[in-house]
This record gives sequence, structure tokens and C-alpha cells, in this order.
Amino acid sequence: MYESTQQEAPKETQPAPPGGPDIALRVSHVYKAFGKRPAEVVKRLKSGKSRAEVATLGTAAVIDASFEVNRGEIFVVMGLSGSGKSTLIRTLNGLWAPTEGSVVVGETDISKISDKELRKVRQRKISMVFQHFALMPHRTVLENAAYALEVQGVAKADRLARAEKVLSLVGLEDWGAKFPSELSGGMQQRVGLARALCAETDILLMDEAFSALDPLIRREMQEQLVVLQSELDKTIIFITHDLNEAMFLGDRIAVMRDGEIVQIGTPDEILTSPANDYVAQFVQDVDRTRVLTAGGVMEPPLAVVNLSGGPRNALRTMRDLQVSAAFVVDRRRMFHGVVRDRDVMALVEKHGSDLASAVRNGIEPVTPDTALNDLFGRAVESPIPLPVVDDAGRLVGALPRVTLLAALGNVPSTTGEFPVVEAATAPLPEQLVTAALAKTEGDA
Amino acid sequence: MEPDFRIPLGDWVAVGLDWLITTLDGFFTAVRHVFVNAYDGLDWLLNAPPFWAVILVFAAIAWWASSWKLGIGTVVGFTVIAAVDQWDNAMHSMALVVIATVVAVVISIPLGIWAASSNRASGVIKPILDFMQTMPAMVYLIPALLMFRVGVVPGIIATIIFAMAPGVRFTELGIRGVDKEVVEAGHAFGSSPARILRQIQLPLARPTIMAGVNQVIMLSLSMVVIAGMVGAPGLGGEIVASLSRIDAGLGFEAGISVVILAIFLDRVTASLGSDKTAAVLQAA
Repeated sequence: MYESTQQEAPKETQPAPPGGPDIALRVSHVYKAFGKRPAEVVKRLKSGKSRAEVATLGTAAVIDASFEVNRGEIFVVMGLSGSGKSTLIRTLNGLWAPTEGSVVVGETDISKISDKELRKVRQRKISMVFQHFALMPHRTVLENAAYALEVQGVAKADRLARAEKVLSLVGLEDWGAKFPSELSGGMQQRVGLARALCAETDILLMDEAFSALDPLIRREMQEQLVVLQSELDKTIIFITHDLNEAMFLGDRIAVMRDGEIVQIGTPDEILTSPANDYVAQFVQDVDRTRVLTAGGVMEPPLAVVNLSGGPRNALRTMRDLQVSAAFVVDRRRMFHGVVRDRDVMALVEKHGSDLASAVRNGIEPVTPDTALNDLFGRAVESPIPLPVVDDAGRLVGALPRVTLLAALGNVPSTTGEFPVVEAATAPLPEQLVTAALAKTEGDA
Repeated sequence: MEPDFRIPLGDWVAVGLDWLITTLDGFFTAVRHVFVNAYDGLDWLLNAPPFWAVILVFAAIAWWASSWKLGIGTVVGFTVIAAVDQWDNAMHSMALVVIATVVAVVISIPLGIWAASSNRASGVIKPILDFMQTMPAMVYLIPALLMFRVGVVPGIIATIIFAMAPGVRFTELGIRGVDKEVVEAGHAFGSSPARILRQIQLPLARPTIMAGVNQVIMLSLSMVVIAGMVGAPGLGGEIVASLSRIDAGLGFEAGISVVILAIFLDRVTASLGSDKTAAVLQAA
């Protein structure tokens, strides 16, 4: 029913690790209808009737949802209110039983097990964070955080000690003895998060978890969640109506509309190749600076000189490209720094042969997954384009300021015309450089 | 103009009741014994010690549950009862109210829980409660008299039936009013329904349930007079007597004693629903 823009199927391309298959959760053809005759609603939907046509029989909240969530992934389900996302997430831990279709958590098909087994799955495999926190007002923060362990039957002293550790993980170590009503909204949701983390389940369901918070607090919580996720390696399924939030958190995003999933893809894919007009309209207002990354918009670096090529070669390259500076790499394309034409010319005139002595490494390279948001300040301060360097330290691209601007306006950003060095310092006059090279001809 | 048809509803009820009394005679006798013994025990407990000792105990309860002010008010109020020579009657009525309330609460809270957990149960229970509450209370006295004979027991039974409704209603209301998300959280972490009821629904519904218990007590007190008509000892009997003798003074003395009992019971149980005593109860 939906178009997937995801190119590779992770199941086939990645071999299963020894611990088990790579899929944390698999949803296949799930329908959920409410009303007097849910089964009939599903039957008619399957025979091609639309949601509006079956409205008299019942409400179809989720229509033919299928997706897989990889282990260790943040999978975001995004849609406006009424799109069925909250119902969908509740089928994942069996709070709602799907009218049809199956939900497989780990190895267990939870639509086929008894209530008692389902409770075991909820205790051990899958926990949840709620929009309005859903803390127990008559219990302390610590007791709330320990609730999942209490249900699991962990002894009191043990569970309180473990809950204390998790509370300090979310920055609430001094608040255990308070009651939830004494905490701010953001702190209450940290307790909600602590309660879910304390259960030590692999999968975390988050239902509009940050939607009730102030924007500043929300941002802080999003960042904290990303950090926690990378430390604890949880699989997170996050529901939101906020596209910016979806783009910031999601490794992959499923966009829902009227009960159907209309597109599944990475934030970049959703932004750059929306599956239909609805998604396109949706992403219009997104804060692109938080979604687009350095790697996504960078240009091929033009002015690159080789460390082993020596100063004369470097100077010649800079003269030919009409630039006042260049990136320096070695044979393996490892990034070493930047050279300026004046420094190199001085070196050439002194008959020096080691380019390394002219390299300045004042410029800190950026990684490809840095969001543009974090780059503007650096781009303003830097007289030359920002070098983009991969994890191994190899130069993979450059980010001139104009590229950053182009990315914001959604114009094709790679023009290939931009000199790698901008106007901060004019390049040395060509004749001067040629003369200097000619004078030191013998050094080459 | 009389219609030319007649449904013999009264005859049917009378026949049904006759059948019930003859078949279940053993049961009614057993119930009667249980209530008589419970009542006699409590009545003895309240009447055997000197009145000032009982007043001090009441005052201590009032102080603990609410404030020292209510404690002092209790001492003054009950001293007035003793001073108008209604002490024994007031204690008879107190015993009746306490027994009837305890039984009514024990029946109504589980019914309320059941009604909250199932719409179907709620649909069945609601009209029955309406019936019980709107049927004139004295009507219950007649079958109660037939089943349990003259004395304190028909008074207690009629009081229970009449006073039970708010206990059921408030319990259902309280449990249904508990934040859905918190209950959902209980399910999401794998709690059983019994654990959710015990740890989430009942504690969070407690203020509403206590308001219901308070209403049960107030309705029980209002039945005291009617219970007096079937021979239950206490302030009710005194009021019935003053009515037949047209003795305004005696009527007022007994009436003001009912009012004092009511204020005491109302304030004490109302404060049991507050947070202060809740903390104490929880710690215990």
C-alpha cells in the first residue's frame, strides 16, 4: 500500500549477527478498526473500498501497515493527529490487538499468545514512554522509576538501587524522594524515560513523548535521547506529529496519513524525494538545517595539494586555480591542514622542499554527519571552506558558505564553479607567482 | 375513572415474598443471628464504659483524623447529648449506623469495581441502584419485618439497602475517572489487572470512594428514624415516640442528637479522604 524509498532491504544485505536476527520488530499487514463490526471494515478495505466508504461500519485507524524495525535503530512514525499513529504504536505491545495482521517482537508473534504471555513480553521485551508521562502521582520518583522492576518481581532493595542508577543516567539523581507533582514537565518525562529504561527491554516505544514539553526542553530531551540511544543501544520506535523532531531523531521515518503508511525512508530521502504531494507539502516547512548534513550537501574539494608533491607543485596548482589557499592531503588522502599561497611562495623563494613546514592546521575538519545547524558559526569564522573528513581522517569534501546557503534554499548546491577559497584574501597576482616559479626553476 | 383492567402486582409480590420466606427461612434466621450478635457486641462496647470515656475516645479519633478543633467540638457535642439524657439512645443509633455502613461499604465497593470494569455490568447495576434509592425507604421495612421480625435487624437491612447506592456509584465514578494513561502504563509494563486495581486504580480513586463512603454514612443516619418505626432501639424510637405523643421538647432533644452524630461522622470520614490521613494510612 505504500511506496518505500528505502533502497536496500537490510535483511538481505546484512548477515545476521550471532546473537540472532537483525530485526527487532516486524509488522506485517496490520489492520486495526474500531466500531461495531471491525472485521467487516477490514474485509471491505481489502476489497478496495476507501476509508470513507466504510466509515458507517466503523473507523479504520490503521490500514495495512507493514514495516520492519532494525535492532538499534530509531524508527519514527510521523503523522498528524488522527492519522492512526497512536493506535499503531499500541498494537506493537498489544495494548490494542490488531484486527488483522501480525506483530512479531523478537521471535514472538504477540497476536497469537495468551494474556499472561503477553504480559511477560511487555515486562521483558518492550517498554513504553507516554505523552503525558503517566506517572503514578501517589508514588515517589524513585518508586515510579522502579515500577517495571516491581512488576517483574525484583526484590525491593535491588530494584530501588537499580532505579537509582537509571535516575542518575537521566540526570535526576537527587530527585528520587520527591513526588512527580513536585517536578517540572521535562523532569517528569525523564522519570517516564527512566521507568522505561529501568525495565531493561531492548525495545522502547515512545508515544509523542516530548510533545507536551516546552520547545527548549523538548530540544534538550531529543539530544539526550540520541546520546542515551547510542550508549545503551536500544531499539526505539518514536511517534510524533512534529516533522522536525522526526527528522532530527529518526534513522528512518514512516509517514502516516489517514491510517496508511505513505512513505518509509531516511530523513534525507523523505526530504529530497517525497513519495507524493502530501509528503512533499509536509516537508515544506521542515527546518532543513537540522536534517541536512555536511555529507549531504558538501562539494568535491577542488583546491587540494599533495603533501609529497612539494611546495612548487602546490604553488602551481594554486596559481592555476586562482586560489589563495588549498587543502593538504597525503597519498592516502588523509587530511593534514591548509596552506596559503603567500607561505608557500616564501618557502619556494627560500628554496625549501618540505611543504609540511608551511601547513597550518588551525582549521578543525567537520564530519559528514554533522547537521548544517552546527556549521553556520564555524563557516562564518573560517576564511576558507570547511573541510569535510570521514571517520578514517580522509578528506571527502568541502563546504563553502555559498553551499550552505544553497542547501537552505533547496537550490542544487553543487555547481562546481566555486573556487575553494573565498574573497577573504585575494590570491597572489598570477605574474608574481609565475616569476617566482621561474626564478627557482632548478629546485624542481 | 378506573381502568377496567387490573394488574395484580401486589398479589404477585406478596406470593413471591411468602414463598421466599418459607423456603429461605433458615438463611434469614442465620442472617438475623449474625446481625443481632454484631449489633449487641458493638452496642455493649459503646454503652458499657462511662460516657466520658467514650467521649474522649471519639475526641481522640476526631483529632487524629482531622484537627484538635474537631476534637474539642466532639467533646462539646457529645456532652450535650449526654446532658439531654439521650446518651444511651445515641449509642444504640451509632451502633446501628456503624454496622449498616460497614456492610453497605463491603458490598458496594466490589460492586462499584465490577461496574467500572464492564459496561455491561454497569448497565445492569445502574437501574437497580436507581430503584433501590428512589423506592420510598419505608417500603423496605415491610418485607424486612417479615423476614427478620421486629427489632434491630430489619432496621439495619433496610438501612443497608437504602444507603448502599452512593457507595457503588462513587466507586465506579472514581475508578473510571483515573487517568487512562496511567492505567495504560500499568498494562504496558506487564502488570496484571489485579495489580493495576490494587496499585493504581484504587489508590487514585480513593478520594472519590471516600466521598461515597461519607454519603453512605449520611444516608444511614437519615434512616435511623425510620428504623425506629420497626422497633430498633435508639434515637429513632425516641422520635417516633415523641411524634405519637406530640412532645416537641423530646423530639427536639432526640433530633439535635441525630444532628450532632451526623456532624461528627461526616467530618471524621470526610477527612479520611484527605491527603494527610492518606499518608498515615499508607505508611501503616
